[in-house]
Amino acid sequence: MGNNLIEKYYRTERLPHIWCPGCGNGIVLRAIVKAIDNLGLNKDDICVVSGIGCSSRATGYLDFNTVHTTHGRALAFATGIKLANPNLHVIVITGDGDCAAIGGNHLIHAARRNIDITTVVFNNNIYGMTGGQYSPTTPTGDKGTTAPYGNIDPNFDLCELAKSAGATYVSRSTVYGANMITKQVEEGIKNKGFSFIEALTICPTYYGRKNKKGDAPEMINQLKEMTINVDAYYKLPQEKREGRIVIGELYRVQREEYIEKYNRLINSF
Amino acid sequence: MTENNKRLMQGNEACVEGAIAAGMRFFAGYPITPSTEIAEISAAKLPRIGGKFIQMEDEIASISAIIGASLTGVKAMTATSGPGFSLKQEGIGYAIMAEVPCVIVNVQRGGPSTGLPTSPAQGDIMQARWGTHGEHSIIALYPSTVKEIFDTTIRAFNLSEKYRTPVILLMDEVIAHMREAVDLPDISEIKIYNRKKPSVGPEEYKPYKVLKGNIVPEMANIGEGYRYHVTGLIHDESGAPTNDNRIAEELVLRLVNKIENNLDDIVYYEKYELDDAEEAIVAFGATARSAKSAIDTLRAKGRRIGMFRPITIWPSPKKQLTELAKKVKRIMVVEMNMGQYLLEVERIAGKYTEVLGYGRVNGELVTPKEIVRFVEEG
Repeated sequence: MGNNLIEKYYRTERLPHIWCPGCGNGIVLRAIVKAIDNLGLNKDDICVVSGIGCSSRATGYLDFNTVHTTHGRALAFATGIKLANPNLHVIVITGDGDCAAIGGNHLIHAARRNIDITTVVFNNNIYGMTGGQYSPTTPTGDKGTTAPYGNIDPNFDLCELAKSAGATYVSRSTVYGANMITKQVEEGIKNKGFSFIEALTICPTYYGRKNKKGDAPEMINQLKEMTINVDAYYKLPQEKREGRIVIGELYRVQREEYIEKYNRLINSF
Repeated sequence: MTENNKRLMQGNEACVEGAIAAGMRFFAGYPITPSTEIAEISAAKLPRIGGKFIQMEDEIASISAIIGASLTGVKAMTATSGPGFSLKQEGIGYAIMAEVPCVIVNVQRGGPSTGLPTSPAQGDIMQARWGTHGEHSIIALYPSTVKEIFDTTIRAFNLSEKYRTPVILLMDEVIAHMREAVDLPDISEIKIYNRKKPSVGPEEYKPYKVLKGNIVPEMANIGEGYRYHVTGLIHDESGAPTNDNRIAEELVLRLVNKIENNLDDIVYYEKYELDDAEEAIVAFGATARSAKSAIDTLRAKGRRIGMFRPITIWPSPKKQLTELAKKVKRIMVVEMNMGQYLLEVERIAGKYTEVLGYGRVNGELVTPKEIVRFVEEG
């Protein structure tokens, strides 16, 4: 099954990929591809857009229409692509630094418009490509090469951000449970509007090593221990919720999609 | 041409009219003085002809969106002014590297920084040339009248499509906001160039390979069955990123040379009273209008003086400036900055003739009177 997906959807001549041993990005990428396969979408109708960073290199390996853009701007490029050709399924692959720091404003406004784009954030809590600097999602107190004494910044809850900004589908999952990522990407693509999926992944090479998190399997296990499914979470008494990361479908709402609105304007003349 | 086509039109409006005539069906922008009317008029006109307008959250998002739109095969433009032009540089570099046609209008204003938002300046000459990082060439056009804004915007799109490169349209605030009578040509008379689509099937298609007889790679639209990779990284003919030094050099040189080797096609200019001239003014945009008036005055006094007006300021008209330099005793570059284009004219013409510069940066136009004085006393 796995190999079939690779032959069907990857540019196999571009492999091996550049990711480090133990990196979780390959798990997220396969989960996305599996979602596309499950939905039976035509490869020609899919455009995957990414920014800059480790996760954003994913587009180079995929046999779709792929655009590897500038740092933080994947959603701005994707907005132009989707608005100019609404027939395309536009999927954005981005990382925590790309999406929440330099690209934070584009995330807010793409969500606000509710434009039909599915965004998957590979959140590894660190800038990996540049060698391990702290990102907006590095937990407070954790170390990075630019936070040698521990990060004093509060870390961002990206799902809360996307929800507040206007996304109509918001979910979170981890590389411990790749099937959940697949399910969420499917739901995101099916949602006619802006969908935001935060996939928690691991960076053993930089984040893990700097913070003594152990090897890749240990880090994946930690993701399992830190997270709790949304249904179980709300059954917990308030005092037991502290510090748990909620996974699952976090938010869904119906709201008219941006291009549908624009087309109504065009058709009114 | 009938009387009916004559309209009183603002420069910024002429820009949108030209863009639409050239086939623009996508505009993304961000409000900024003195270019805002271009966005406003695009917002009003585009949905009426099935095109798309979007006001993005910032200048970088705007240029990113037009590059995305262009990748799907739709002609796209953004417009800005000085501070916004600084922010566009990231996207300009990407469009150069990924060879995505698009047009960036910069209605200049006084700088640096927020500067003089409502006053004219010609201070972005060098930023248009070198604003984005890395070795590259660029096409920048500079119209001088409202009618010429219409024509030059069409040229900007045509060059952009033909050479698969971003084209910068530099404008002066005073012409952007001036109203002049414009004779719009019949749409059938306008020559439109569209990017070359692939002549081979998806199996054979190499998105960054230049086929024999072509200047640039043939460009497939996203969504038409040619699945390929677009990146701002150095890439091979298949679009795949690479660190190969030989490929890096070949690519950068190809991107530069596709422009520098086609100057005869890209360079537009006007010669004014140069046939018997012993001295010449080089000026562009609004400053060229003052220079023309000054030349008429000086000619009436018996001085044999003319003007060379580059409409394509980048790549610079080397051949024409060299010919001019060999013919005249001196060249005077007049511009609303402290000598940016002067540097380029000195570089090209300096070894053949004397080159002088006259500039100002106070947000006022250079008047014909002060040009006359400069020529007579300078």
